[in-house]
Amino acid sequence: MAVDQSKIRNFCIIAHIDHGKSTLADRIIEMTGLLTSREMQAQVLDNMDLERERGITIKSQAVRIVYKAKDGEEYIFNLIDTPGHVDFTYEVSRSLAACDGAVLVVDAAQGIEAQTLANVYLALDHDLEVIPVINKIDLPSADPDRVVDEIEDVIGIEAQDAPQISAKTGLNVEDVLEQIVTKLPAPAGDKNAPLKALIFDSLYDAYKGVIVFCRIREGSVKAGMPIKMMATNAVADVVEVGYFGAGQFIPCEELSAGMVGYITASLKNVKDTRVGDTITSAAHPCDMPLPGYKKVNPMVYCGLYPADGAKYPDLRDALEKLQLNDAALQFEPETSIALGFGFRCGFLGLLHLEVVQERLEREYNLDLVTTAPGVVYKVHKTDGTVIDLTNPSNLPDPSEIEFMEEPYVSAEIMVTSEYVGAIMDLCQERRGIYVSMEYIEQTRALIKYDLPLNEIIYDFFDALKSRSRGYASFDYEMKGYERSELVKLDILINKEAVDALSFIVFKDTAYERGRKMCEKLKEEIPRHLFEIPIQAAIGSKVIARETVKAMRKDVLAKCYGGDITRKRKLLEKQKEGKKRMRQVGNVEIPQEAFMSVLKLDDN
Amino acid sequence: MKKELEIYVHIPFCMRKCSYCDFLSAPADETTQNHYVAALLREIRYYGELCRDREVSTIYIGGGTPSWLQAVYIELIIKQLRVSFAIRKDAEISIECNPGTLTKEKLVTYLGCGVNRLSIGLQSALNEELKLLGRVHTYEQFVRNYELAREVGFRNISVDLMSALPYQTPQKFLNSLRQVIALRPEHISVYSLIIEKGTPFYDKYKFDVVKKEAGMATESLPSEDVEYEIFQRSKELLKSNGYRRYEVSNFAKPSYESRHNIGYWKRSDYLGLGIGAASLIDNVRYSNTKSLDIYIEETKRIRRDPAEWEGTDNGRIGRINLHEEADLIERNGQIEEFMFLGLRMTDGITRKDFEENFHMPIEAIYGDVLARFAGEGLIERKEGFVRLTEQGMDVSNYVLAHFLMD
Repeated sequence: MAVDQSKIRNFCIIAHIDHGKSTLADRIIEMTGLLTSREMQAQVLDNMDLERERGITIKSQAVRIVYKAKDGEEYIFNLIDTPGHVDFTYEVSRSLAACDGAVLVVDAAQGIEAQTLANVYLALDHDLEVIPVINKIDLPSADPDRVVDEIEDVIGIEAQDAPQISAKTGLNVEDVLEQIVTKLPAPAGDKNAPLKALIFDSLYDAYKGVIVFCRIREGSVKAGMPIKMMATNAVADVVEVGYFGAGQFIPCEELSAGMVGYITASLKNVKDTRVGDTITSAAHPCDMPLPGYKKVNPMVYCGLYPADGAKYPDLRDALEKLQLNDAALQFEPETSIALGFGFRCGFLGLLHLEVVQERLEREYNLDLVTTAPGVVYKVHKTDGTVIDLTNPSNLPDPSEIEFMEEPYVSAEIMVTSEYVGAIMDLCQERRGIYVSMEYIEQTRALIKYDLPLNEIIYDFFDALKSRSRGYASFDYEMKGYERSELVKLDILINKEAVDALSFIVFKDTAYERGRKMCEKLKEEIPRHLFEIPIQAAIGSKVIARETVKAMRKDVLAKCYGGDITRKRKLLEKQKEGKKRMRQVGNVEIPQEAFMSVLKLDDN
Repeated sequence: MKKELEIYVHIPFCMRKCSYCDFLSAPADETTQNHYVAALLREIRYYGELCRDREVSTIYIGGGTPSWLQAVYIELIIKQLRVSFAIRKDAEISIECNPGTLTKEKLVTYLGCGVNRLSIGLQSALNEELKLLGRVHTYEQFVRNYELAREVGFRNISVDLMSALPYQTPQKFLNSLRQVIALRPEHISVYSLIIEKGTPFYDKYKFDVVKKEAGMATESLPSEDVEYEIFQRSKELLKSNGYRRYEVSNFAKPSYESRHNIGYWKRSDYLGLGIGAASLIDNVRYSNTKSLDIYIEETKRIRRDPAEWEGTDNGRIGRINLHEEADLIERNGQIEEFMFLGLRMTDGITRKDFEENFHMPIEAIYGDVLARFAGEGLIERKEGFVRLTEQGMDVSNYVLAHFLMD
């Protein structure tokens, strides 16, 4: 079936977190009759369990909807949902590149937030037409007039006739659909030119193999056609093409310029189908790939180990399967004296790390020990070579190091004026370098800081929220490497260095970190039959020490009328605790201890 | 020879609930007591009929405070037991007593119906500590009643003491212990206070409980080191006075060990009567309902005449629905229990018992665990038996948890 390009609208919804993006998507899908409300679970687009639980979108999603507009014509809407977290900025940009327009959702009470701006700029960068929508007007604190002014003043787009809606109740959502038809452009592109399609996501399906989500820019594609990925040079024959139903793939005969859909081909690995790459015809390739492709590199590394050493092969299989779906995930085997065999894994950010960790635990039923996440340091050695350090254990001897560099980010924090002081304090504490501050309006400021990535990967976001009572929002992008005074902090338990607990830290904060780390470990490590010294050391110099005293008495209480079940339960509880322990030398360390460096902040 | 059975009877009543108590017990009026005892008598009849092939070796009436009840109730219970069960001539029959509730008349009645062992919950010889614990008696009352019991003719008396009380020092506890030893009871139990959730003590000391668990010093609770010192010195004192430690917290003059308690550690079959009572019969662990109402109503369904129990059990226990839980202990569970209960006794377990019960040598299952703890000096392996060393006893929890299988 040939589709008239003028009847297609490819768009996305952009918003600050919690401003109602997914709810609006749900409502649009529901109102165009794709699903009845009974069939529909809230937030259909976020179909990973984890996404639904956390209320954030991790993978891009797309859905095709048919809308009968007031002009009597039927339009095909391709709604592309974009990830909503800074870790996935690149994915967001590729999803936007697949669209022609964007619906900007702004909360009628909160107004514009940092991420709203960041996303709008991204959308404008991709030449998308943006239509604003003011959501949550049913809230008592809604102030749509102020928000209209804000949108016009701050973003500079016309907002007088922006639909004022409640995505939750469905109020005025119809207006949004009409504006998509009337205000957003139809796609362009020559159907007869050589194939040129943008990959904005891909996933691995056990039955279909790799499924590539793409936007056809030029030409067309159908089953049997040999295709080529221009960046990875992978070549394959198309097995099937189709478009996205709600939660299912619907095959069709052909995808042509302007359309959004999927392609399956004889590909085994998503590594071949990188987000941002251009698909073309192997027989008649186009001359230039689409702009904007880049290979994303992990920003944060940590060690993942199976709690039960025998599950190492299972962990490897699980990581391989996850990687099929997640080209940004990297891993390679490593060995720790304390933790045995495991993997050093690279992630886009801490959320990405948590998502992978949770999926491994939940979907693959693995019990994991995670070491403290770290960033990639550049070590300039005296012999002139530079190494990328992802595992603190691999730090060369200090005598071989000329100097070290650590990654910095440019951070933008939007905050109401009363918390400016508190947020600046936080940035200073985290070794931030002040760049600028401007008042966007009377009550709101945009603060810019350069911050070491290492200082924000742990708990910066939580600290930010708590110090601003939730009013600050935060976005960052990589800035580059800066020279820094760094040292490796080793932790010795019962005089043995535990490699999995070592980490790289800024020299001036090493004492503080070491002290807190020892205190924390003292709490985490249960008493043994002997005394256990816990020490923090830089090289051979011990900078902090705590002691876990020896256990001397551990006896159950009175046995009550032969109630053995109660006794057994107590012993079982004790044993259960043991299971989650790691033996290092003759000391048993709870698995949680390896993550404990993360929770060193007092407030 | 008939198969042995121990009987535990639970009296869930007390004059006033102590501040640390999380047992199934509460004050109750005379009518409730009356209805409860009537229900107990029905339950005794019922099980007596089902346990005709058994011979009762020990009876323990515990609580709560059985001695708070009118003596006639205890007499009725014991008489009914004698009517319904075959009770050995040499059976050990104990009753738990609160020193504040004893009278000469009660003691005479107990002795008269065959009670031959008193277990007196003294807890402390210091009145300030007794007050803190919420006990209803003083030390002086205890001494009077203790002497009364001797006068009446009791030859086997056990006294319970509690250590690790708030603000307790080794001196305070040893002082209590010395005073008790001076009275020469046949048996002494020394327990540590465990502050359980849901008790007034927990509400009062919960922050200190948490701190103590984390190994921090607290204002009110003795540290683990103090507890350890108390226990070490108590052991020495008891030993030098002729009391042998035969279980983690129990000490006795030779041949005065509590046979009823040893039955629990050796996994003898026992029948628990009354609300919340636990039983072990043919490797099934039962526990009775904790609800007084259900218990009283359900036992009413028991007909007076066994001939009317038409079409019911073939000698199986559990026809009337008093049980809240019934778990069959599978072979592995039996092995685990055999170890973690048996090793509570200072004599430990014998290889012969293990092999007779489970038809394999103990090393086949616990070779690694035994070797490890023997290496750490916590377990002693000899030709015929396996037992905890003195140090092993001190940390028995830690050691015993390793005898649970995966």
